[in-house]
Amino acid sequence: MRVINTNDITNLVERLSIEANCHLTSDIYKSFGAAINREKSTLGKEILSTLIKNADIAREGLNPICQDTGMTVVFVTMGQDISIQGGYIEDAINMGVRRGYDKGFLRKSVVKSPIDRENTKDNTPAIIHYEIVPGDQFHITVAPKGFGSENMSQLKMLKPSQGVEGVKEFVIKTVSEAGANPCPPIIVGVGIGGTMEKAAFLSKKALLRPVGEHNSDQLIANLEKELLESINKLGIGPAGFGGSTTALSVNILTYATHIAGLPVSVNIGCHATRHAEGSL
Amino acid sequence: MNERIELKAPFTDNDILNLKAGDMVYISGIIYTARDAAHKKMCEMIKDGADMPFDFAGAVVYYAGPCPAKPGKPIGSVGPTTSGRMDLYSPMLIEKGLKVMIGKGLRSQEVIDSIVKHSGVYFAAIGGAAALMAQSVESAQVIAFEELGTEAVRRLEVKNLPVIVAIDSKGNNMYQTGREEYQEI
Repeated sequence: MRVINTNDITNLVERLSIEANCHLTSDIYKSFGAAINREKSTLGKEILSTLIKNADIAREGLNPICQDTGMTVVFVTMGQDISIQGGYIEDAINMGVRRGYDKGFLRKSVVKSPIDRENTKDNTPAIIHYEIVPGDQFHITVAPKGFGSENMSQLKMLKPSQGVEGVKEFVIKTVSEAGANPCPPIIVGVGIGGTMEKAAFLSKKALLRPVGEHNSDQLIANLEKELLESINKLGIGPAGFGGSTTALSVNILTYATHIAGLPVSVNIGCHATRHAEGSL
Repeated sequence: MNERIELKAPFTDNDILNLKAGDMVYISGIIYTARDAAHKKMCEMIKDGADMPFDFAGAVVYYAGPCPAKPGKPIGSVGPTTSGRMDLYSPMLIEKGLKVMIGKGLRSQEVIDSIVKHSGVYFAAIGGAAALMAQSVESAQVIAFEELGTEAVRRLEVKNLPVIVAIDSKGNNMYQTGREEYQEI
């Protein structure tokens, strides 16, 4: 059995919290360049080049890409043959967030209670998702999620009779209603199937897929391409001022579901859709 | 895309009236940050008849909560937050004279009506371009509600802060017209 110490988990989360907030992933960075060539609006082109400039400034000076350094979402993929020693894994992850947000001069945006709304002042607790897999790997992805885009996300329990047309309609409606608010060009994470919370989780996880890659199921990959094309006809454009680049990617994940249901969740990611990953 | 304009804050009524939706504007001078919590407090203070934390005449309010400043820097990354969350409070503040706003995203019809009635203007900054916008800030000072942390009211001295007129004093809305121009479905 492989042993992993909680100190190492803390150090990894600390590093990834800063990296995710200050380094735009290369897939998104490249997609800005491609979008400039396609974009029909002159102002839209200018906004896209401003985003490239912003990403450069952020990377060079290790400055946060966006001042909303988010609620810290952490995905843990852990082999079942691993033994965690040195304390509770959840405390270790939260300690990593606390240190990363302090050392990285990141904004602390978490309130203790949704009703009282008192700031916890260290951006904890993180939202942590664990996935137990065979073997002894230990992998972490830190994905800070800003609420400009999170607030524009929606979930709907469709009827099976509404089928794929119902799914398309709901995804497009969600993006259309979000308009300029989620900082377009956006990444559209879509979870279809499972139960209510499974669909929501899948739509969040879908945001991690690099721009340019598609679902391995050809049918779903075609749906992603079709939806992206439709969304880019909405006219919202970069920063919402009109244009042909409203989304950079539509990423769908699916799961088995009940004979009576068709859950669909749309989680919108902004043009930065930040994440950084590492293994122990 | 319309003209590129350089303006000094605080604004005169003429400055505001001359702006058209779609104009790119570079703002220099003094502006103030305030977001949800500070808006709530200012509206409560108006109801109590208290003095506002800064002079509203011609003042520019920036909906932003910055990252902490690194040593030797005036401020951390500071881009706009979603303006819609301020919609509940803005009409009351516009009525009191705070009618130049910078944020991002859509506004309610009530806010648009207030902008037209009081000849205000709503600018949008590019959401998420926060590292770049921090470079336009020359100094920052908390002037009210320090206990709110990032949500405190800050007095910023800015140089060439890049913004776009989203809604002008006539109610022309760049979000709407821009989208209509490129909409294909």
